[in-house]
Amino acid sequence: MAMTLKLNGKTHTVDAEPGTPLLWVIRDELKLTGTKFGCGVASCGACTVHMDGEPVRACQTYIEDVADAEITTIEAIGSDKIGAAVQQAWVELDVVQCGYCQSGQVMSAVGLLSENPKPSAQEIDDYMSGNACRCATYQRIRAGIQRASDILEA
Amino acid sequence: MTINTSRRGFLKGAAATGAVLLVGMRGDGALAAAGADSAQLNPFVRIDADGTVTAIVKHFEKGQGPATGLPTLIAEEIGLRMDQIEYAFAPSDPQVYNNLFFGPFQGTGGSTAMANSWLQYRQAGAAAREMLISAAAQSWGVDPSTVAIEEGIVQAGDRSAPIAEFVAAAAQLEAPAEPRLKDPSEFRLIGNETVRRKDSAIKGNGQAIYAMDLHLPNQMVAMIKRPESRGATVTGMDDSASRDIKGFVSAAILPNKAGVAVFAENTWAAIQARDAIEVEWDLSAAEARDSDQIQAEIMAALDAEPEYNVNKADAAAVTAAIDGAETVIERTFYFPLLAHAPMEPLNCTIEQTEAGEIVLHDGCQMPTGPHLAYQQIFGLPPEKIRINTMLAGGSFGRRATPDADYQVEAALAFAVTDRSRPVKLVWTREDDMRSGYYRPAFGHKVRVGLDAQGAIVGWHHQVAGQSIMKGTAFESFAVHDGVDHSSIEGIADSPYQIPGMALGLTDTPKATTVLWWRSVGHTHTAYVMETMMDLAARAAGQDPVAFRLAYLADSSDPDQNRKAQVLKLAAEKAGWGDVPAGHAQGVAVHKSFGSYVAEVVEVSGDPESGLRIHKVTCAVDCGIAVNPDVVRAQMEGGIGYGIGHVMRDQITLTGGAVDQYNFPDYEPLRIGDIAQIDVHIVPSAEAPTGVGEPGTPPSAPALANAIGSLSGLQVTSLPMSENGVTFA
Repeated sequence: MAMTLKLNGKTHTVDAEPGTPLLWVIRDELKLTGTKFGCGVASCGACTVHMDGEPVRACQTYIEDVADAEITTIEAIGSDKIGAAVQQAWVELDVVQCGYCQSGQVMSAVGLLSENPKPSAQEIDDYMSGNACRCATYQRIRAGIQRASDILEA
Repeated sequence: MTINTSRRGFLKGAAATGAVLLVGMRGDGALAAAGADSAQLNPFVRIDADGTVTAIVKHFEKGQGPATGLPTLIAEEIGLRMDQIEYAFAPSDPQVYNNLFFGPFQGTGGSTAMANSWLQYRQAGAAAREMLISAAAQSWGVDPSTVAIEEGIVQAGDRSAPIAEFVAAAAQLEAPAEPRLKDPSEFRLIGNETVRRKDSAIKGNGQAIYAMDLHLPNQMVAMIKRPESRGATVTGMDDSASRDIKGFVSAAILPNKAGVAVFAENTWAAIQARDAIEVEWDLSAAEARDSDQIQAEIMAALDAEPEYNVNKADAAAVTAAIDGAETVIERTFYFPLLAHAPMEPLNCTIEQTEAGEIVLHDGCQMPTGPHLAYQQIFGLPPEKIRINTMLAGGSFGRRATPDADYQVEAALAFAVTDRSRPVKLVWTREDDMRSGYYRPAFGHKVRVGLDAQGAIVGWHHQVAGQSIMKGTAFESFAVHDGVDHSSIEGIADSPYQIPGMALGLTDTPKATTVLWWRSVGHTHTAYVMETMMDLAARAAGQDPVAFRLAYLADSSDPDQNRKAQVLKLAAEKAGWGDVPAGHAQGVAVHKSFGSYVAEVVEVSGDPESGLRIHKVTCAVDCGIAVNPDVVRAQMEGGIGYGIGHVMRDQITLTGGAVDQYNFPDYEPLRIGDIAQIDVHIVPSAEAPTGVGEPGTPPSAPALANAIGSLSGLQVTSLPMSENGVTFA
């Protein structure tokens, strides 16, 4: 059935049944593939997007629950000031390895810095604990968030 | 392994294709003339008429860095900045892009990407430089020795021009047989701390396209309903419930009866339709054992006469020496099955072109595997099969199966369609966890005897587990006199000079499908060697670092020297022996894939109420570090991978079926598990060796030794979470 979705500043009409995870609408219908499929059970965070500015797992968010919320994906987060700072820090520190989880890491990092501009290492660890990275780039993720915080403060 | 580059016909294939300069190597090694056969030349470097330089990268990028490292070699030799070189992944061509360590076989593995590209890609870059310089010298009427290329600009005296100006002329020249490689003192990019990854930006902004992200026009998504227990075969299926799922297309039993392919218009429809399908299985050939039984078989084998006397030692004499020793330390170890669980679930896409070619789009680790398999499956000659290698979301060994498992599965699924639509095979995380290939379970039993001074007088070591290599195409390469080297690597061939070592191996019966897993046999051999060294040091009342150095004391042996050097460096950088109250350190050092890595882990807390890992200090000697920051990243990742699994992960079987289903019960390392990792690189003039895997082997035993030092509890059966250790 036709459903509407506000995503990255535009309203989209998509053909999806209720019960369809937002993840698959974003990836397969809208062909925005920066949001990744990693586990399907909200255990890895690779599918993290923002719903009204809050990080959510797109694999466990259903299309009918989105309603009028504004969805933001990795493709648009760079136009946000915090998003741009995080992406700049990620490049400066070469955070990525395989990179498959990093869209989700960046989206969660932006969520953290939005509510806590100067997080401690412990606060970073607590907030980011749901985003798995099998390459174990965690130390650089931590440093990247601190670097982004510094960029934003400057 | 020796590589005789002089016989391989390097650089005989610079060729003109319009105004494009291609520099590579002819596969047949014959002294063919440059340009005679240009359409056939698959190059290492391509320079377009506009001066765009592209490194054709023969190793796939799973995060370990070849998409940065191989272009660095070319840019270094031509004289470019890193922003003046692009990269593209090589097509499948085992004659040109083979891994020099694998024979005529193209693939990435064994931490060899840089080691086997180091000379090849530099030679290609150097040849391109000399050809461009020759062309410029002719054009300007100057001596070539007065011409240089720096940052993409050709210069001689007060004349200068971009390389684009000489591409057409250079493409008419013959490639030099032996171009001069830069002396390390001339390196500007190799070893340079400021060279950044080439794939960082696209991986941080969602633009990187992995195979999972491919959406070919009119494609179908296929998922496979597989049996719970390996080896079961399909006897019947009912897809009536699947037909109610919107987007369901069809279902068909795979030709090999290993499962049922479910086709749908999109991924979500495929997931639902596969859930809804009913399949009947013939379980007569299926694995039915529990992992407890498999463990019992392995442990029983440790107590029996070994099948192979690996190092041809006089085991009776070694046993007699140990029996007569002042102190005897005996331990039995068990290592469970482990899944690789790369972040990107396995997938690939197959299409048939109008010309009848089969094209595979895949984060392809070993192109020659599916290339050979597809010739058989589709009855096509090699030139009718193409492989488009894409970025891979991790592997840790999983994407390199000797039987090209998921690519073959995709081909079988594609073959039951009319081939009019591309088929994208997608695995879910549950598929990855339950239908995968696993690090084999292994057992070790070790007896070490010490004399009154605490010196080792005998080391009796028994290993038992399922061989990875036997029965595969890699058997002739890795199995000698019956011994699968990957089962025992890192024990008798360790640089330690241990007197009186006897090493026995017993292959245990097939339990499940097994596979190399980041650092292969070293995952368990390093753990045993290094925890036993610690136990021996403690029994001898000696410092663990000093105790190890006594077995690395032959200054005439570079192998011992390099291992000793990383051990000393890690200890120094870690502040060995100088930790806050309540903290303890553990050390381990191991050579693997040609590299030497020592690690010191610092912990605090209590194993019962929760340990905390404060810091891991790592020292690595990997020869020349082409990109020091990538080397550090690989050590960081290898340490995390090793420690994450020994903390709490295992794959278990009940009635042949995998018990774990997804990350909630195969918990990955999380960001808070390790507070800090410091990596120190030993300066070296030696040729580069591996970095993807060598960080992993010492990490787990260093952690185990830290826990042992803290609490006296030495974990010998993994994972630690199942054996009295918790982490905060």
